[in-house]
Amino acid sequence: MVNYNNNNFSKGTDFAVILLYVIMVAIGILCIFMVEYNPNLNWSNSFLTAKTNYSKQIYFAIFCAFIAIFILLMDSKVFTALSNVLYVLGILLMLATFVLGKDINGSKSWIPIAGGFNLQPAELCKIFTALILAKFISKPETDFSKLKSHLIAGAMIILPAILSVMQHELGLALVYSAFIFAMYREGLPPIILVVLLSFAILVIATLLLDPTILSIIISVIAGLFIINLIKKFKRNKNSILVIISIWAICFGTIKYIVPYMFNNVFECYQSTRIYSMMGKEYDCSQNVKSANKTTVNKKAARKPDDYNVKQSKIAIGSGGFWGRGFLKGTQTRGKYVPAQHTDFIFTSLGEAFGFVGTFIFLGLYLFFLFRLIRIAERQRSTFSRVYAYSVVGIFFFHIAVNISMCIGLFPVVGIPLPLISYGGSSLLTFTVLVFILLRLDADRQMVLR
Amino acid sequence: MSVYNQNRGGIIQIIIGIIFTILIVQLISLQIFSSKYKLAADNNAIYRKIIYPDRGIIYDRKKKAMLENTISYDLVVIPNEAKGVDTNMLCQILKIDKATYSKRIIEAIIKNTRVKASAFEPFLSAETYAQLNENLYRFPGFTLSERSIRSYPYNTAAHVLGYVAEVDVNFLQKHAAEGYEMGDYAGMTGLERFYEPILMGQRGVTRFLRDNKGKIQGAYEKGIYDTLAIAGRNIFTSMDVEVQQLAEKLLQHKIGSAVAINPKTGGIIAMASSPGYNPNLLTGNQRRKTIGRLLLDTARPIYNRAIKGQYPPGSTFKPMGALIALDEGLITPDYGYNCRGSYGACGDPRKCEHHNPGHAANLQLALAYSCNSYFLQVFRMAIDNPQYHNAKKGYLKWKEYMNAFGFGKKLGVDLPSENRANIPDTAQYSRDFGGAKYWNSCYMLTLGIGQDRMTATPLQLANAMAYLANSGFYYTPHFVDSIENEDEEDKLMLEKYRTKIEVTKIAKQYFDVIKEGMHDVTVIGTAAFIKVPGHDFCAKTGTAQNPHGKNHSLFVCFAPKENPTIAVAVVVENAGYGATWAGPIAGLMMEKYLNDTLTTESKLKAENLSNVDLMPAAIKSWYVRNNKTEMLTPFEYNNDELADVWDMEMLSEIAPTKLALDTPKKMDTLPVTPPSKPVPSRKVSKETALDPLQKKKKVTAKKNGKL
Repeated sequence: MVNYNNNNFSKGTDFAVILLYVIMVAIGILCIFMVEYNPNLNWSNSFLTAKTNYSKQIYFAIFCAFIAIFILLMDSKVFTALSNVLYVLGILLMLATFVLGKDINGSKSWIPIAGGFNLQPAELCKIFTALILAKFISKPETDFSKLKSHLIAGAMIILPAILSVMQHELGLALVYSAFIFAMYREGLPPIILVVLLSFAILVIATLLLDPTILSIIISVIAGLFIINLIKKFKRNKNSILVIISIWAICFGTIKYIVPYMFNNVFECYQSTRIYSMMGKEYDCSQNVKSANKTTVNKKAARKPDDYNVKQSKIAIGSGGFWGRGFLKGTQTRGKYVPAQHTDFIFTSLGEAFGFVGTFIFLGLYLFFLFRLIRIAERQRSTFSRVYAYSVVGIFFFHIAVNISMCIGLFPVVGIPLPLISYGGSSLLTFTVLVFILLRLDADRQMVLR
Repeated sequence: MSVYNQNRGGIIQIIIGIIFTILIVQLISLQIFSSKYKLAADNNAIYRKIIYPDRGIIYDRKKKAMLENTISYDLVVIPNEAKGVDTNMLCQILKIDKATYSKRIIEAIIKNTRVKASAFEPFLSAETYAQLNENLYRFPGFTLSERSIRSYPYNTAAHVLGYVAEVDVNFLQKHAAEGYEMGDYAGMTGLERFYEPILMGQRGVTRFLRDNKGKIQGAYEKGIYDTLAIAGRNIFTSMDVEVQQLAEKLLQHKIGSAVAINPKTGGIIAMASSPGYNPNLLTGNQRRKTIGRLLLDTARPIYNRAIKGQYPPGSTFKPMGALIALDEGLITPDYGYNCRGSYGACGDPRKCEHHNPGHAANLQLALAYSCNSYFLQVFRMAIDNPQYHNAKKGYLKWKEYMNAFGFGKKLGVDLPSENRANIPDTAQYSRDFGGAKYWNSCYMLTLGIGQDRMTATPLQLANAMAYLANSGFYYTPHFVDSIENEDEEDKLMLEKYRTKIEVTKIAKQYFDVIKEGMHDVTVIGTAAFIKVPGHDFCAKTGTAQNPHGKNHSLFVCFAPKENPTIAVAVVVENAGYGATWAGPIAGLMMEKYLNDTLTTESKLKAENLSNVDLMPAAIKSWYVRNNKTEMLTPFEYNNDELADVWDMEMLSEIAPTKLALDTPKKMDTLPVTPPSKPVPSRKVSKETALDPLQKKKKVTAKKNGKL
């Protein structure tokens, strides 16, 4: 293999991660091949002609390999130096999509580039955000235990997220929440995680339960707290205020914020998807956006929104323990799962190789993530560590959301499965993310940045 | 910073671990513990094309096919592909409007989804088929699909053969394990039902892989799960189409039933139930129009009276009663009873039709004259048999004999839903008379002359005759003689029909006495005027009182007297004397069977008899009220003269002055009068009322509209 003495870039590079990366990309191509396979066509031919998605993905992979090598040959100082510039560039590119954007599947987030390929700046922006976040936190003057720093970091993250939402890429926007890992690691108070978690639970509870019942439950809990702590109040009058204000916030969330979110912030189809996750139906007539839309153009009713999830669950569920065998999945062969080569690629794996396959696959991912965390923890520089945790967060978020969505644990949002899903932008982004990390890691012995 | 004391990396790892565990748990539940997804995937992707084999044919004893398969075409549509259809033309050919067109497309989508084929118009006529076939290229998404339907070349034996129909939800639930699917056809009644597994054959299944648009991708797993269709096997029955047709013809305009059995084999020669229907009316596109009307008809044309009708046997039971007494040693053939026209031993005197002394001087004479007193006495002797000490035990013994003769139990004929009729058990009497101690032979005295609570189906009556004819045994009555390529399983099934049933051990000499008595019936007795040219025969008439109106007319017989080959039972409801109506019907059936043809005289008689209208008044008035005159006996569709009679009645509504109908009373007074007699006068009146040409038009129009 690589000769340590002669080859500079291999020194200190984590080959376990590279190996996992290669395995993942190979699995991805295999999965895309399963989706595209047509027994009537000569597949060996189509590998070369770049007309099928799997052959395109192979070309993407080769291209990414060059990029990876290029990154490993770069000076690691470049990343710190350029992070600000790159971030601004990324934001500008995203803004450019509003002008140059090409409409693909209802989202205007693609910029057409030469050769029929399209670039999705929002994908690249993840890298730039990771870099600038690392840069910001690692600055000597930043004290990340202060609220002000949290707000600045939050603003950096939220800006591209908002732009993504404006491009109708809710999934990509959600990914930016993955940076919370890195921020938490660097000193974000755990109470924020608890509050966010409580808020999430409250929102889900609002969807599941009748608002009146939930309000009563909340009120009863608050009441119990007050009765229980009645002696304390005599000493500390503030705690009663705290309880009452928490109760008021909860009540407001149930009564106003959640309905507002679903009716005014989300698109109709998004609300419908989330409701159908909970086994409920969403009445689109309440939705302001859809109301506006329907006045403009009356579109015919589409397939029921849980169609994707249903077919996806059938595909994965029909795999059983051992799977239906390579190229034998009927759901895949019959193209029953929409977007199976991109967002629902996990289904082809689940159908063909069953629980054994998915278990091993998740094991690989878990190993990959833990390996990245190990790398993160061995960094001496804050920049590298923050960046590493950002990578972990992004990967983890993609994996968790994508697979949850395939198996019906999360509403359908367009988020690719890292390194597996078909798509050049996505593969390139993850490649760059991983290899910048490897490059930084290779220099972990160097001076603190 | 304090952060570095907290091992936040570890916490992040734990969070990741928890989320991955949740994913794994959900995967376990999806992939290991839910079997429904595999089914759902198969439902999605595997298209099972079923190849229907031809159903087996049912033949009569002379190898005439009583039913056949003919090809019919359905217009089938795949809604998704039906785009750019020349709807105008299609609607024109099918004679429907556009609203119907869209309605049917929607129905098809609801029934079988957009991507699967559903019937748009089943059972196309030859003309429509030709037109559609020519223009099919104008109707993308529509195809013509072939299917095999039943046809009945002899228009006969509807009740016996049964019908084939599309299975419904109920049927699917009942026969869940037999692999039927929505849209399949299965035998619903009669032989079609009973021998369904044999007639059906084995469906072939070809599995295809289909994609999300319903397009076929190719064979599933290279066809290793495919099966070939195996044609249904033919079955050969003991029926005689001509005797059957005759029986049905004779029962026209009457309510009743006739059954003929070959005592030597137990094979049923004919089984008619009237009113009946033309079996062709329940095939193809006729079915939709007919079935509802048949089901609603108050005379219940679908009901097979031969196996379900329960009739008091009346005097036809007398030979059996005598046989019991003889076997128990209570009487000898010489036993006589001094009947003076009534039987008064139980208080309230019971009437006998004969007064002359000596008409019941011995068993033979008593049978010939059908002396009520004699058989009431014999019955009482059997019940009060000193051997058994009390009436209850005596009765039980008597009932045992009855069951041995095939009464009061299901015989096991190869038709579904046979009725066991009724031989009352002691519990019924004990309950009604306040305990077993309190009743004696006087309480159910009229059982001795086949009345009281005793009922029998015509099949049971015919079977009892077969038992007498054989002098002490019978074969379970059945239709099927043999099955094509009979295998072990079939043999096992038919075994029961090939086994002699010999429960009693009654001496042959007793049977001979009974036979002599029954022969006398046809020579000097109540049926003396009924003749079967060239053959001696034994018979017994019966006139059974019943709660529904006039007496039922019954007749049982077997022929020839020596070495009998046919046993017949005929019941005509509310018709009067057994000898008058049921007798001639049975006689003609025997003649047809034994001589293979009818004499000219018999033919004339048969013609007259078939025209006699014995429908009870209540049923007639129901038809008039419901304006369903054409439903009366669907046999008459083949009989133009009779159709005219009913057309007359329809037209009488046009000329209200002529509304008066023949009441059954009037009919009663004329024994063998064709009802066409009053017709000419009416015809004249109508022709004066209406222009003849116009009238003719109206009649035909009406006919076409309703048939």
